[in-house]
Amino acid sequence: MSKQINVALIGNPNTGKTSVFNALTGLNQKVGNYPGITVEKKQGVCKLPRGVKAHIIDLPGTYSLNASSLDENVVIELLLNKNDKDFPDVAVVVSDVENLKRNLLLFTQIKDLEIPTILVINMADRMRYKGISLDIDHLEERLNTKVALVSTRKKEGIDHLKNLITNYKDISITPCLDTSEIDKDYFDNLRKAFPNQLIYKLWLVITQDVNFGKIDRNEIDAIANFKTKSKADLKRLQQKETIKRYQFINDVLKNGQTIDASQAKDLRTKLDRVLTHKVWGYLIFFIILLTIFQAIYDWSSVPMDFIDSVFASLSEWAKNALPSGVFTNLLAEGIIPGLGGIVIFIPQIAFLFLFISVLEESGYMSRVVFLMDRIMRRFGLSGKSVVPLISGTACAIPAIMATRNIESWKERLITILVTPFTTCSARLPVYLIIISLVIPEGRFFGLGYQALTLMLLYLIGFGTAIISAYILNKILKIKSKTFFVIEMPNYKLPLFKNVVLTVVEKTKSFVFGAGKIILAISILLWGLASYGPGPEFNDAETIVKKEYASQNLSEDELQRKISSQKLEYSFIGITGRAIEPAIRPLGYDWKIGIAIVSSFAAREVFVGTLATIYSVGSDEEETIKNRMAGEVNPILGGPLFTFASGVSLLLFYAFAMQCMSTLAIVKRETNSWKWPTLQLIIMSSFAYIVALLAFQFLK
Amino acid sequence: MQITLAHLKRGERGIITDVSSIHIPLKLLEMGCLPGNFVELVQLAPFKDPMYLNINGTHLAIRKETASHILIEKIEL
Repeated sequence: MSKQINVALIGNPNTGKTSVFNALTGLNQKVGNYPGITVEKKQGVCKLPRGVKAHIIDLPGTYSLNASSLDENVVIELLLNKNDKDFPDVAVVVSDVENLKRNLLLFTQIKDLEIPTILVINMADRMRYKGISLDIDHLEERLNTKVALVSTRKKEGIDHLKNLITNYKDISITPCLDTSEIDKDYFDNLRKAFPNQLIYKLWLVITQDVNFGKIDRNEIDAIANFKTKSKADLKRLQQKETIKRYQFINDVLKNGQTIDASQAKDLRTKLDRVLTHKVWGYLIFFIILLTIFQAIYDWSSVPMDFIDSVFASLSEWAKNALPSGVFTNLLAEGIIPGLGGIVIFIPQIAFLFLFISVLEESGYMSRVVFLMDRIMRRFGLSGKSVVPLISGTACAIPAIMATRNIESWKERLITILVTPFTTCSARLPVYLIIISLVIPEGRFFGLGYQALTLMLLYLIGFGTAIISAYILNKILKIKSKTFFVIEMPNYKLPLFKNVVLTVVEKTKSFVFGAGKIILAISILLWGLASYGPGPEFNDAETIVKKEYASQNLSEDELQRKISSQKLEYSFIGITGRAIEPAIRPLGYDWKIGIAIVSSFAAREVFVGTLATIYSVGSDEEETIKNRMAGEVNPILGGPLFTFASGVSLLLFYAFAMQCMSTLAIVKRETNSWKWPTLQLIIMSSFAYIVALLAFQFLK
Repeated sequence: MQITLAHLKRGERGIITDVSSIHIPLKLLEMGCLPGNFVELVQLAPFKDPMYLNINGTHLAIRKETASHILIEKIEL
């Protein structure tokens, strides 16, 4: 029987912890959520020497065990709970060679919990450039642990780390410091009251901020009440503890690390001078955004066209090759077009995540935060709101979770409320297909009109978010302290493997997450479109034949008339026509109405829905785009998707709150139904009004 | 000369002498903003806020308001 070791990877943000995780686990990883909360849980399996297997969990990055956010709380909760099935047999603290001093603070804290702790010093390849040399033996002796010098970039030191993990039992669990020295009397009392508990563990439980939800601490519940000191006193003690830890670390590094500053090549200073410059900084940021949108448009059009035609022929093939019947129809008219509506957007989503992950990995994102803070503050936001607003272009859900590191509650709340205005990847499919239908293909200074329209829509999204933030900042009367601390990490060339894994992971979760909903809705819609209640549906053939008997129509035309009669009197047609009066002033027909309604489950359903509705009753092999282009406006005649109705639809999707999952996450993060309800009502009515005005003016 | 960190100009350095712990988040202390540590102003953002600092080897940015609660002794070059 092979045994399994539980390993927890812990470290400060920006230390390359995830690179170490990727190096250890490769593709053997899965991403989920911690039960009950929306913090991402990354786990993986690593094969160690002698047939031992390691279950590795990549904990959220944190600067210390004093949690100040939900993500950081996960780390401390796991380390304090010996009964947790993931409780580590060995902790691996990942540090960055250039920030060893600060990284060691967290190391000493974990060591004091008497868990075997290995120290990984990552980015060893940078030591030469920075003139750093380390005395590993000295560090191992003073820190009472084993050290692995690792370079994930050069793939060095990983085997050594694996060996250390295998032999974790040899690692001493003696603490680095005696915390009780900061206030002997207080800690003596604590020890007397809870003789069986580890003193540092007690101290952590007492000082933790419990603002972030109810914490289940099992056996040590009573300790939380052992507060004989005021909050201010506790904080003073924490400060004293921090100073003490740094004294210890400075002492260790005095002999363990030498830095020859004259050898340091300072790329950071040079890059910062340009990238955070008051003119160049903004200009470069703008150019980067522009490049991203142009790329998303141009680079993905080839694979997208390919996917579109593959699904069209697949559908056609299924219809011809399989015996005719209900199931073939369901497959050819419901499932395949529905799936096509998801798969077609993989290229774009992948590109979007590629850019976002490169911006984050390179350290550039922090510069943008720095650059934007003063401006964003004017609108009641924080510089850190830029990250949610940018990653909101992928999906509002992780974006809203990314607001957790905004220190001020008011700034955070406003960010949460306005983030859904940014153009998420689910809007992208809708925009792309409508833009390609109603915006001409010409070019303007080398940039396509269509790409520029897309860029404009993104700007409208950001602009609306910012303006609403400004209004909210004036309306909301919330007093909260405005702290702002952000690390400015070193610039790094993103690791290819990290970027690829992120892109694959995010794309996969888009496809399967959204895919399930889209598929379910496609099947439901197909059913509703293929059956109807009254004689108008069931006797469609006789009715149509009678009506057109005198006109001598060809067989083809007659079939088309029958199909459209059937669709109109099917369940979906009846529902659609019931809501048509509400959307006609916006320039839509009932089919778009159905697509809008089903979009409330998830926006990306729009294209799939139209694809399903249009393909029911259509015999020819056609792409989604061609079908939409062929739709005729029932009242005005002419194509349904004109410039006016197209723009109206684009604006509707830009503003409407059409995502159940986002509403659910807002409820969770703000802990109240009030905010998501307001979002739904205000955003959607605003969308309706704007779309109405747009259509009426452009018509 | 005792001044607050908010008064530091670009490229200037100092030694932190006191931090008012009520106004300073623990996180900032843990990142090395403690009495005795050196600090350098690396860069000011446009509109002179926030401040990009090197504190004890850690590069971070904080707002001017927070910086005004940190006392330093300026190192004259």
